[in-house]
Amino acid sequence: MTTATERAGYPLERIRNDFPILQQSIHGHPLAYLDNAASTQKPRAVIDCIRRVYETDYSNVHRGVHSLSQRATDRYEAARCRLQAFLKARHSHEIIFVRGATEGINLVAQSFGRSHLKAGDEILITAMEHHANIVPWQMLSEQIGTRLVVAPIDRQGELQLDALIDRLSAKTRLVAVTQVSNALGTINPVREIIEQAHARGIPVLVDGAQAVPHLAVDVTALDCDFYVLSGHKLYGPSGIGVLYGKEQWLKAMPPYQGGGDMIRRVTFEKTEYNGLPYKFEAGTPNIVDTIALGAAVDYLEAIGLDAIAAHEAELLAYATRRALEIPGLTLIGTARHKGAILSFTLDRIHPHDIGTLLDMQGIAIRAGHHCAMPVMDFFGVPATARASFGLYNTLAEVDALMDGLGEIIKVFR
Amino acid sequence: MLDSIRDLYQEVVFDHNRNPRNFRVMADANRTVEGYNPLCGDRITLYVKIGETGIIEDVSFQGAGCAISTASASLMTEIVRGQTEQEAEHLFNLFHRITTGQDDSLDPATLGKLAVLAGVRAYPARVKCATLPWHSLQSALKNQADTVSTE
Repeated sequence: MTTATERAGYPLERIRNDFPILQQSIHGHPLAYLDNAASTQKPRAVIDCIRRVYETDYSNVHRGVHSLSQRATDRYEAARCRLQAFLKARHSHEIIFVRGATEGINLVAQSFGRSHLKAGDEILITAMEHHANIVPWQMLSEQIGTRLVVAPIDRQGELQLDALIDRLSAKTRLVAVTQVSNALGTINPVREIIEQAHARGIPVLVDGAQAVPHLAVDVTALDCDFYVLSGHKLYGPSGIGVLYGKEQWLKAMPPYQGGGDMIRRVTFEKTEYNGLPYKFEAGTPNIVDTIALGAAVDYLEAIGLDAIAAHEAELLAYATRRALEIPGLTLIGTARHKGAILSFTLDRIHPHDIGTLLDMQGIAIRAGHHCAMPVMDFFGVPATARASFGLYNTLAEVDALMDGLGEIIKVFR
Repeated sequence: MLDSIRDLYQEVVFDHNRNPRNFRVMADANRTVEGYNPLCGDRITLYVKIGETGIIEDVSFQGAGCAISTASASLMTEIVRGQTEQEAEHLFNLFHRITTGQDDSLDPATLGKLAVLAGVRAYPARVKCATLPWHSLQSALKNQADTVSTE
C-alpha cells in the first residue's frame, strides 16, 4: 500500500535506506520507529558529516590562526547561515546556538526576563505547553516575582484563542506558546496570536521544537520575537539547537553565561562583551553537532518540507481512521489542525503495558506524560500512549501498530 | 508475540490485574503510604494494619497503575498478611534482589508465588513498576515517608 504522496514521487524507499538504524529487527520483528516526537533518527548524511568533520576539519573555533581552526570556524559559521536560511531570519547573528529548545527558553527567561520584566508582570502561556515552556517561567517568577498566566484548551485539545486574547492584559510582558503540541499534536494559530500580542506591544516566543520537522517555518513572516528548536527532533544530532531572536531584543539583552568567546576585552575590573551572536555563546560550542545540524537541514530541504508534511498528513489520517475502529481506544487530542501525533488510551490497559507489549512486536512508541503533566491532568489520565510519525514512516508501520494494539487487547481480555 | 510476552506477563499477572485482591480502602489502618511514580503515572495507596505483636494483620491497596504494578501490589497483599514485619522485610529484600537482577545466584523459586514477577529482570524500565508496592510497604513498616517513588 502506498500513499498518494508516494505515487506523486515521494521517495519513501530511498529515504528509508538513508537511515541505517531503521534496517534492524527488534525482538524478531522489523523495527517500526514511531517515537519521532521524542527524538528522530539520523540519516547517513548527518552521521557521515560528523565523522568527516572529526576526520578532516576539526579544531576549536574563533581562536586559532592555523588552517584547521579556520576550516572549523568557516564550517561552524556556515551552519549558522544555513539555519538562518532555514528559518528565514533576517540576519545570521540572530541565530544563537544552544543545547536545544529547552536551553533556548531558559536563556530568554533568564536574560530577557531578568532584564525586561519586574514583579507583577505577567507571562502568558497555554495549557498545552511542554514542561520546558512552563518551568523556566516559574523559576523566573520565584526569582523576580513575575506571574504565570495560562490560556485554557478545550476537550479536543485546541487552544481557546478568545480566552488567550482575553488574558492579554496591561501587565502581560511576554507570550510563550508552542507551535505544535508534543502531547496532543495540536497546531496552534501562532500567526494570529503574534498579531494580537503585537497589537498590544507584547513580544512572543514560539516553541518550535515539534513544528520544524513537519512544517516550513518563516520567522520573518511570522514576526515572532523569539523562536526555539531542537536539532535532535529535526533528524540532526542531540545536544544542539537554535534560539532565534530579533536583533533588537538580543542586542538589549545581557549575556546568559560568562566565559570565553563571549567577550571583547577582560580585565579584573571590567569585561566588555562581544557582539551578536557570540555574546550568547560562552565557551567552546558544540562545534561538530552544529555543523551536522546544517547537514540535517540540507537533507530535509532536499526532500522538501511540503512533501514531508503531505506524507505525514496521510499517515496521520490513516492512523486516525484505523485507531477509531479499535474498541476501547480513546484519542487524546482531536484538534482540527494536527501534526503527525496520535496520543491515545485503551480501556483498562495502562500505557506502559501498551509500550512494552508493542516493543515486543518491534514497534517503538512513547508511553507516559510526555513532559506535559498539566495536559494529562486536564484529560484526567495518568499517561497516554503516543505514536508519532516522521518522514520515513510507512502505512505498513501504521498497520503494524494497529494490528499490534489488537493483539494486546486480545491478551488483556 | 504470544510466546515472548509470557516472560513478563504470565497469566497470573493478568489475573491479578483484572481482579486485584485486597483492593479496598481500610478504615482502621494504622499506616497509610502513597506510592507514586510520576513518569509512569503508577499510583497506589497502601493501607496496613499492624497488630501489637508486630504482625501484619491486614493490608490492602487502592490506586491505578500498569498491569505489573497492580499485580505486584495484589500479590504482595495476599502474601504478607499474617507475616511479622521481619518476615515481610526479608521477602522484600529477596524480591528486590531478584527483580533488579543484583544477584543471579538467587533462585526465583524462593519467592514462591511472587516468582511470576521475576521476568521483570529482563525489562529494566519496568522494574520500578514491580517494586513500587514493596517500597511503599517498607515505608509503612518502618513508619518512614508518607510518599514513596521508585523512579
